[in-house]
Amino acid sequence: MNSWLLIGPVLLLLVVLLFVVYAIFFERKVIGWAQNRIGPNRVGYWGLLQTVADVLKLLFKEDVIPNKSDELLFRIAPIIAFVPSFAVLAVIPFSDSIRFSDFAIGLLYYMALSSITIIGILIGGWSSNNKYSLMGGMRSAAQMISYEIPLVMSVVGIVLSVGSLNLTEIVEAQKDVWFIVPQFVGFVVFLIAAISELNRCPFDLPEAESELVAGYHVEYSGFRFAFFMLTEYVYMFAMAALTTVLYLGGWNAPFGLTFIPPIIWFVLKFLLIVFFLFWLRATMPRLRADQLMQFSWKVLLPIALLNILLTCVLKEVPVIGAYF
Amino acid sequence: MLRTEEMLLNVGPQHPSTHGVLRLKLKIDGEIIVDAEPVIGYLHRGTEKLAEDLNYTQIIPYTDRMDYISAMTNNYAIVHAAERLMQLEIPERAEYLRVIAMELNRVASHLVWVGTYLLDLGALTPFLYCFRDREEILDLFNELCGARMTFNYMRVGGVKWDAPSGWIEKVAGFVERMKKEVKEYHNLITGNEIFIQRTKGIGIVSKSLAIEYALSGANLRVTGINWDLRKNKPYSIYDRFEFDVPVGKTGDLYDKYLCRMREIEESLRIVEQAIARFPESGPILAKVPKVLRVPEGEVYVGIESPRGELGCHIVSKGKDKPWRLKFRRPSFYNLQIIPHLLKGENISNLVAILGGIDIILGEVDC
Repeated sequence: MNSWLLIGPVLLLLVVLLFVVYAIFFERKVIGWAQNRIGPNRVGYWGLLQTVADVLKLLFKEDVIPNKSDELLFRIAPIIAFVPSFAVLAVIPFSDSIRFSDFAIGLLYYMALSSITIIGILIGGWSSNNKYSLMGGMRSAAQMISYEIPLVMSVVGIVLSVGSLNLTEIVEAQKDVWFIVPQFVGFVVFLIAAISELNRCPFDLPEAESELVAGYHVEYSGFRFAFFMLTEYVYMFAMAALTTVLYLGGWNAPFGLTFIPPIIWFVLKFLLIVFFLFWLRATMPRLRADQLMQFSWKVLLPIALLNILLTCVLKEVPVIGAYF
Repeated sequence: MLRTEEMLLNVGPQHPSTHGVLRLKLKIDGEIIVDAEPVIGYLHRGTEKLAEDLNYTQIIPYTDRMDYISAMTNNYAIVHAAERLMQLEIPERAEYLRVIAMELNRVASHLVWVGTYLLDLGALTPFLYCFRDREEILDLFNELCGARMTFNYMRVGGVKWDAPSGWIEKVAGFVERMKKEVKEYHNLITGNEIFIQRTKGIGIVSKSLAIEYALSGANLRVTGINWDLRKNKPYSIYDRFEFDVPVGKTGDLYDKYLCRMREIEESLRIVEQAIARFPESGPILAKVPKVLRVPEGEVYVGIESPRGELGCHIVSKGKDKPWRLKFRRPSFYNLQIIPHLLKGENISNLVAILGGIDIILGEVDC
């Protein structure tokens, strides 16, 4: 038991790092295909080592700390951003046997911890002492805070149905019907808010290249920059896993195809979400900052609240109520 | 009440969406632009002054480097001005080649605009689609004159190279394909909700304002003024072709996009007609002396470049070199409206408005 506690997280970290390396690779490949290109294909067979080379390059880079920056804050910002992104993975049940921590308020833990990253980003943007990064950091903070609310509201429907914040119980409640069906409205709100939380296209304004050059990490280089990138992709890992757990039935097999191991099902659903994120990036322009805020407060939040109300009402209706 | 301060933000000259080396000094209050001042000159090469020491044929490659996205029209401006002074008769075949080249170049130029504009707005894919199609045009030009961007194709009295065999058929094939591609662009971009939200009702220019600032090209037409030099002051053989001048209604950025997309279609229409009537054979260069001496006098010609009215003013003292040469570069004039348009705008509209004007810094600085 004790050795598992020690080795497990290390293994998970390795899996996550591997995922990040190949998520970046596949992102570039998928976008390449969408754009009539080949994508990276020089380093290693079929370009498989491209990201490895990129990471190595970042590690060997000079660690530049701008002269007039707040050095201490500048140094710790990437760490503050990264740690929660990995910590949230603790509560994700990957299959009925692979999980790390199974406690009652798993969902709440995820939501609470993931918002700490904003502080890291804000500190990074502020301490760089650069106007672009300051604006990027501010936008990031504003965006993440306003999308956190619809994100949390949209999952309340599920919590109401299951009656628990424990993610394992949520998956088990989806044995027959995945929550994507009865909670479809919630799912859509959740997905949009999640994409925004991830700062991904079409909500990638914090790093809007065309306006803010690179946003909050404009002054970062080398491995500190790599840490910010890592944070982003680990969050993508976490968010795709969470979406799978909450709405796509976690490790549950569809159509009674139980002979395929649960972990495979989990990975397949998970990859579907990841692919969807890449796909969006290849097709969408970027929203404008003020439109983004309006969209969150005026559209997503009311819909999420409506979804809660609807869930409450439908729960009391006979026959249909069984699904809620 | 918190005390707030205006912040001075320097955009460029190295910035991903200033389309070259434009620098903007912005005063911002929070995210609202209070004042904007474009600083130009980072690409100034003194083309006009240099031209005074060059004979007319030597000036042509310099014009390639002004508006490098649409070098054919630049070539034409200088050549046309000299021809006007010399009162030369241009062979049919040369005229057709010129028109085909210029209109294809207009398509290529607008494709670059659509692609980079969407890139400014955060969409990556249209850029590559546009450049794929532009590449075909560049290949055609490559076959025609051996260069992809700096063509140096036109000469006083005609063109330098005749169309290689099979070239006209290739152009016809391209026009057919491009018509379908335009539909694909409409599918991908025109109906996109985010794109509409980011461009509709933004950067509106009124008719009177456009005239006050001497805007030209799509920037002028988008306000509802029907002014296209190809129609209003026909030059070359444009009076023989049937084409419409796309005119906007509201003058906003979305209209600008639609206008330019329709201009692509109209240009394709002109190319199609030109191919159908292309003379089988004939000279491509009028009889001109080895050393060009332009008679004494002064001339101004304005032609419709993809960006607006491209003017060329020559003062000649009867030598083989111009005494004074002046280009009216449309990008330079269109850029002047930037401070006016940006004042009071949110900073996130900055790139959308700046990109909408379609400036080429090589032309602004000349």
